[in-house]
Amino acid sequence: MSLNADDIQKIAHLARLAVDEDEITSLQRDLSNILDLVEQMQAVDTSQVRPMAHPLDMPQRLRPDEVTETNQRERYLRNAPAAENGLFLVPKVIE
Amino acid sequence: MQWEAVIGLEIHTQLATKSKIFSGSSTAFGAEPNTQASLLDLGMPGTLPVLNRRAVEFAVRFAKAIDAELARRSVFARKNYFYPDLPKGYQISQFELPIVGRGHVEILLEDGSLKTIGVTRAHLEEDAGKSLHEDFHGMTGIDLNRAGTPLLEIVSEPDMRSAREAVAYARKIYQIVTWLGICDGNMQEGSFRCDANVSVRPRGDEELGTRTELKNINSFRFLERAINYEIERQIEVIEDGGSIVQETRLYDAERDETRSMRSKEEANDYRYFPDPDLLPVVLDDDFIAEATRDMPELPDQRRARFESEHGLSAYDASMLTASRAHADYYEAVVAACGDAKLAANWVMGELAAALNKASLEIEQCPVSATGLGELLGRILDSTISGKIAKQVFEAMWAGEGSADEVIEAKGLKQVTDTGALAGWVDEVIAANPEQVANYRAAEADKRKKMIGFFVGQVMKKSQGKANPQQVNELLRQRLEE
Repeated sequence: MSLNADDIQKIAHLARLAVDEDEITSLQRDLSNILDLVEQMQAVDTSQVRPMAHPLDMPQRLRPDEVTETNQRERYLRNAPAAENGLFLVPKVIE
Repeated sequence: MQWEAVIGLEIHTQLATKSKIFSGSSTAFGAEPNTQASLLDLGMPGTLPVLNRRAVEFAVRFAKAIDAELARRSVFARKNYFYPDLPKGYQISQFELPIVGRGHVEILLEDGSLKTIGVTRAHLEEDAGKSLHEDFHGMTGIDLNRAGTPLLEIVSEPDMRSAREAVAYARKIYQIVTWLGICDGNMQEGSFRCDANVSVRPRGDEELGTRTELKNINSFRFLERAINYEIERQIEVIEDGGSIVQETRLYDAERDETRSMRSKEEANDYRYFPDPDLLPVVLDDDFIAEATRDMPELPDQRRARFESEHGLSAYDASMLTASRAHADYYEAVVAACGDAKLAANWVMGELAAALNKASLEIEQCPVSATGLGELLGRILDSTISGKIAKQVFEAMWAGEGSADEVIEAKGLKQVTDTGALAGWVDEVIAANPEQVANYRAAEADKRKKMIGFFVGQVMKKSQGKANPQQVNELLRQRLEE
């Protein structure tokens, strides 16, 4: 399966990655190679195999419903490029 | 052309846990911004989610309540999208293997019949934070207190055919999750939010029309109005020769209309995949037994029991099971007075009116259920009449004491002394010769109605304290002698 330039642009957009025009051809080739590998694997009959959700064959551990975290807001906000009134500030988001 | 609407709902219920679904941060509402956001909630590298046991138990309870298939193995997946109130760049949700599978609920239609609505699935996921678009020098403020609050997203089949049915279904789900205590049901605080998928098709067609999705409606009234508006809009577009675009629309309550939010060109591509930070959730018999051990009797079962054991009408029984608090209150009144019908009348009548007038919920009622039961007991043992009971109730409401204390303090005990009653009866007869003559001239079957006038006069003279049955009896003797 081969990806075209538009596919590359779309994937890059979804991942919010800036891709230069001159990178597209090589990305197209690399990603297509990965898909070819997946295609080869798909030729194997897996109808009797349960899909694996995780390589560790263990169930999820659960924690009790208890509040264990304390307020560290000031420390965390200091890490942010912009903050005000206890809020993180980000470039304006308009729906 | 006759059109038919097809509606399905996705309901996000916030689960009433103390801590978040994957971190030990508090979920309490109304805290100062970002004071309940830990490193995990902020999406910091190096943190790992650990699943909250209670959230899983709540999902198990819900599955049992709607008679759903419970997945013995469910898997968390990443739903990828970028928005600043979602710091990780993905929401942890469930996709291919949700914890709750196919189930169903019954809704009561206006004609009194029941309709079964299918629940496709319900899955656990985390809530996002909040974006504040007020002016911060042209920037957006982000509060991540809500990020990571556990949600159970309940997805219905497209089984509803009108806005009314959709609201009845939403109310049913609301009743179940609040009844089970897995959601606090506070709609103003966003604990229960509805998205509606709406399409129309010519009546009789099997094929579904193109649907639009109405997002984030947090009141039943707006849900009904938004769906009705959307149905009308779609019919109009099609009848004008246009076609419906699959898109997300927002309901504007002020203008009572829906508006396009994003169109299909930018259709979301969430690229779900199993979250490698979380292992599959495996439920064994012990876990399920433990989670469902203290399940309360469910609203539909309780309604049926009120009908069969208490002899209530279907209407009364469904009113009294509107919430668990209502049903508990009513049953405590019955236990205290022993008369189901009288208890039902008072809880739905006098008590509901007083609560309504004071804008109180039944949980905040100043008169306790046992207190009301005692009052009704005084009607049943003829200490007071039903009319005087209302006066006593008002005094109890105002905090003037128990039923017996109020009756004693105000001297409201019913007069059953024959001598006193006979005195009032004689006075009334003497004062109304014309009515007496009419009564004596009337046919026997007319008299029954006419005696009411005399009873009323005697009750007035006694300031409501005369025993009405005795008055009736005495009057009949005197008038017919």
